[in-house]
Amino acid sequence: MSKRSNWSIPYVVFLVLFVVLPLVLVLLYAFQDGMGHFTFKNIGKFFTDRDALSTFAVSVEVALENTAICILLGYPAAWILSNKKYNRSAVTIILFIMPMWINALMRTLATAQLFTMLGITLGKGTLLFGMVYDYLPFMIYPIYNVLNKMDKSYAEAAVDLGATPWKAFWKVTVPLSMPGVMSGVLMVFMPTVSTFAISEFLTNNKIKLFGTIIQENINSSSWNYGAALAFIMLIIIGITSLFQKDKDQAEGALI
Amino acid sequence: MMKKVFAKVYIWILLVILYAPLVFIAACSFTESKVLGSWSGFSVKLYRNLLTGNMPGEASLISAVNNTLLIALAAAVLSTLLGTIAAIGIYNLKGRYRKAVIFTNNIPMINPDIITGVSLFLLFVFLHISQGYLTVILAHVTFGTPYVVLSVMPRLQQMNPNIYEAALDLGATPGQALRKVLIPELRPGMVSGFILAFTMSLDDFAVTFFTRGTIGLDTLSTYIYTDARKGGLTPELRPLMTLIFLIILVLLIIINVRKEKQAKKLQYIQK
Repeated sequence: MSKRSNWSIPYVVFLVLFVVLPLVLVLLYAFQDGMGHFTFKNIGKFFTDRDALSTFAVSVEVALENTAICILLGYPAAWILSNKKYNRSAVTIILFIMPMWINALMRTLATAQLFTMLGITLGKGTLLFGMVYDYLPFMIYPIYNVLNKMDKSYAEAAVDLGATPWKAFWKVTVPLSMPGVMSGVLMVFMPTVSTFAISEFLTNNKIKLFGTIIQENINSSSWNYGAALAFIMLIIIGITSLFQKDKDQAEGALI
Repeated sequence: MMKKVFAKVYIWILLVILYAPLVFIAACSFTESKVLGSWSGFSVKLYRNLLTGNMPGEASLISAVNNTLLIALAAAVLSTLLGTIAAIGIYNLKGRYRKAVIFTNNIPMINPDIITGVSLFLLFVFLHISQGYLTVILAHVTFGTPYVVLSVMPRLQQMNPNIYEAALDLGATPGQALRKVLIPELRPGMVSGFILAFTMSLDDFAVTFFTRGTIGLDTLSTYIYTDARKGGLTPELRPLMTLIFLIILVLLIIINVRKEKQAKKLQYIQK
């Protein structure tokens, strides 16, 4: 039996080489100048870089708004879909996750074109709509999964014990479904901050998100500054994933 | 009754909004107009161009589609092999070491694509590995394997560990026990892990963007990106997207209808 634990060795080597080492390199490049000397300059540059700072603020704002709208629209949808009274077919939930399988860039370009055709100018509003459109399925699916597996008798018991259905919903169903909401938040918030390409397409290059700044620096060979920006993002990921207690439920198989 | 109507209407409004751009692409695939959104009469010329490969100067679209499929297939096969072996190993690990491996396995899933992309880019630069097919496939294996591990692990936990030992006791070689006992037990997990790794690879843009190097390697995503930046999308992308959309829809419905049927059968047997 103990010998079969050795089967993990190839993957552990792989993880060290392709997951741990690359992250160490991000750290290394972030704290080095072009000559390979240790420096805080790259991180310092971010805090004096007007362009990067304002992009960062805009990204966090858009991501917060996007996450909030996704919860507001997605939670009722997930609830309805998981409720046998309203939905008996698995096909409806497939219809919701289906757009995830279509190339995101193509969908985004079509959305932007649709806006232009309808005479809506591309800007903050269209960016937000496009983001909600891209990420809503990622919010609905984990919430749906948790609600679907949840033991319905808890909420029923609350009603039997005299709670109004509304109260039972808020005091029982919602707290029990929080793991789903949290993994939805994780799948929406950080990806929105780090988006590149999509934001430019949706705003006709008017609004950049944080991902674009990283990409521009890496592509123009300022690797050290690019790595420093990636490092800042890693710190935020670390902070947000602290809120995620039950990591095993984070993704849930999508099929 | 009112509530039910309201719920249905809400779901359908959301679906209509979600599908509007896709329907828009599909509608525009039936006209020849170069610009997405303008209608110059019904035509199936774009479909004919796409299927016969007869596109004026746009053979690179075909090669981008081939690259996408090739990379996704290679990455999914490698991820499934590596991830299944890893899951068996991790399942037999204990304590802190096990926790550390599972934690590291979660990192590529939590990291946004751009972090995975940039960090792997730095790795390949650091190791002086020239970037191309190999680096893209390795990168896709990096973010695909965790999903295989997570799909296979539950199967191992549900499995009775004694049946493997029993096969050995009854005279099976370890290889036979693996092929005839373990693999069949794990197969559903391996299949869904494979499908996940495959679709993640198909859909990827950011990681490919940073690891493809400068040899002009294009997948569908990077092709669309470059195309859109140049201004104006290749019109043949419209029928291509429509076809992909239909294929996926049909596949998903078949998979799920089969799943439901099997679940019903199982219920019937258990009764």
